[in-house]
Amino acid sequence: MVELSEPFLELNGITKRFGNFVAVDDVNLEITEGEFFTLVGPSGSGKTTMIRMLVGMDAPSDGEMRLQGRVMNDLPANKRPTCMVFQSLALFPHKSVGENIEFSMKITGKDKVKRRARVDQLMEQLRLPLSYYEKSVTQCSGGERQRIALARALAFDPQILFFDEPLSALDFRLRKALEKELKDIHRETGKTFVYITHSLEEAMVMSDRIAIMREGRIVQIGTPHEIYNNPKNKFVAQFMGEVNTLSVEKAGENTLRVTGFDDIFTVTDDLSDFTTGFLIIRPEVMKIGRSAADMKNKIKGIAFNDYALGSRVQYQIRIEHFDEPWLVERLQDEPYEGQRGDTVDIGWRPEDSILVSN
Amino acid sequence: MAKTSQSNMSSWLKQPGVLAALPASLFLLIGFAGPLLLVVAYSFMPSKTFTLLQAPTIENYSSIISDSYYISFFWSLAMALTTVVLLFIICYPIAYGMAKLFNKWANLVTALIAVPILISENIRLFGWVLILLKNGVFDGSMQSLFGLSISGLLFTVPAITLGLVYVYLPFMLFPLVIGISMVPETLKEAASDLGATRWQIFREIELPLSMPGLMIGGILTFVLVLGSLAEAKILGGQAIVMIADDIESAFTFAQNWPKGSALSVLLIALSGIIVFLLFRRVDLDRVIGRR
Repeated sequence: MVELSEPFLELNGITKRFGNFVAVDDVNLEITEGEFFTLVGPSGSGKTTMIRMLVGMDAPSDGEMRLQGRVMNDLPANKRPTCMVFQSLALFPHKSVGENIEFSMKITGKDKVKRRARVDQLMEQLRLPLSYYEKSVTQCSGGERQRIALARALAFDPQILFFDEPLSALDFRLRKALEKELKDIHRETGKTFVYITHSLEEAMVMSDRIAIMREGRIVQIGTPHEIYNNPKNKFVAQFMGEVNTLSVEKAGENTLRVTGFDDIFTVTDDLSDFTTGFLIIRPEVMKIGRSAADMKNKIKGIAFNDYALGSRVQYQIRIEHFDEPWLVERLQDEPYEGQRGDTVDIGWRPEDSILVSN
Repeated sequence: MAKTSQSNMSSWLKQPGVLAALPASLFLLIGFAGPLLLVVAYSFMPSKTFTLLQAPTIENYSSIISDSYYISFFWSLAMALTTVVLLFIICYPIAYGMAKLFNKWANLVTALIAVPILISENIRLFGWVLILLKNGVFDGSMQSLFGLSISGLLFTVPAITLGLVYVYLPFMLFPLVIGISMVPETLKEAASDLGATRWQIFREIELPLSMPGLMIGGILTFVLVLGSLAEAKILGGQAIVMIADDIESAFTFAQNWPKGSALSVLLIALSGIIVFLLFRRVDLDRVIGRR
């Protein structure tokens, strides 16, 4: 009997070495049943090696993987009750849409009528026209191919469904639509999803929990909300997108000095154990021009460039003694009133900055 | 009217590629299509004539059908089929190794298999004669080592089959290597992930996807064996007569060019029909996923 308190999927000290290179380094994870869990990391962070071990295509050099308490380390991929949607989708080009979806059922010798019924049900759920049963997969569009790959994996009825960046090759609009669709399917099926991506933005949209990987290690695990509001370090903070990053040291009880300069900024963080670190200020919390006038943290610069980002406008401010331009974002319909080339005040509230360690 | 057709002609000639293709086309016309047409024309001439100026007749064809030539056709087809099946069984594992497993050793294996092609086929077959001969290399070794006499290997159908498999192995192997290396590894991983066993992956994924290579190798060796002569003569002696042997006798010994031509036309038509049917049955484009 499996105890209810036991985690669904449990990784203990999972390590993968290729010669002298450590691709995955002592990863410990617990994933609960029905969760949408995402592993995020830049390329080379070890996330693909991770998923290959989870699916059973590679064996870990060290550590233990348990699914519902059962050790899975030496179980080959075709014996595991899990399934993956590949980055390339890996649809079988010589088979029709229907034949692709029913593949796992044909393998186990399920009879034709039952197979067809399940395929029809999945095609309906994934909004694929039933007439596509006979259609060659090579004639389907990118979005349709995604759905076919997902249907094929769901037909296997896996205990965990893995995803290896299947949306990365799609254009922006289709990707956004499919992210939401995937989230809906997760809710409808109640299955455990483990997703891999290099895009934290994508992870934020879909996941219940996110683990951020860097150089084979897990840097931070948390809900999207936790990660967004309390990034553990500079890496996580910068991984989320464009941010203003300042190297700082403690100046007073609630003030920080920019390392090597005289600028002093106020924060609301508890600085009792703090010596040096980084102050992260998101472009969207920055004020510019008149609205920056009564801000506690203020600095002057030249607004030398602006970019339309769709719903927002981004201004780049050159501050005399900093190398990097400062980024400020405003909503499209309330732009900054000045001209390009003007000297302008920018500022932020002490509670809007994030203080992180190295 | 004459003027426009002339200008059409010159503008057609000025198209890119036409002029460049002309020498090769002429060469093919004279060297390939011409002799074939001559053979077809001779097949309709009266028996034992050496001119094309007689009234055409179908007597050669009717005499072939009423005669016992079907036995030679049968042997040729049977040997071709047997050879293709044996070659597939022998070559698939080697090709798989060369495409997926041997890595840098694949080049060495390729060289080892390709180098014998540089030696004349007849000389290689005579090498086999020396091995299979009574008191030859094999028989002699068995006698001196174990005191067993194994004679009667030469001049049998298995000896011919051995020769055919040996000579045509590269023509099956190399297309198969290309066919197998065209199967993406991720598709096999995906099949395995969906629960397929090693054998199911082979049947459902690898075999159908390497079909283009298999088809090309199969057709190549099938047609080559149909037209083969030396293996049956050198290793088979009088064991069987294959159709190419009959064609040769008609042209040389019997001095009956029209009969030889008619047999050639029938052989060409037979192989043509078989290849056509095979290509119709296996849709290569669909297999490769182009449609």
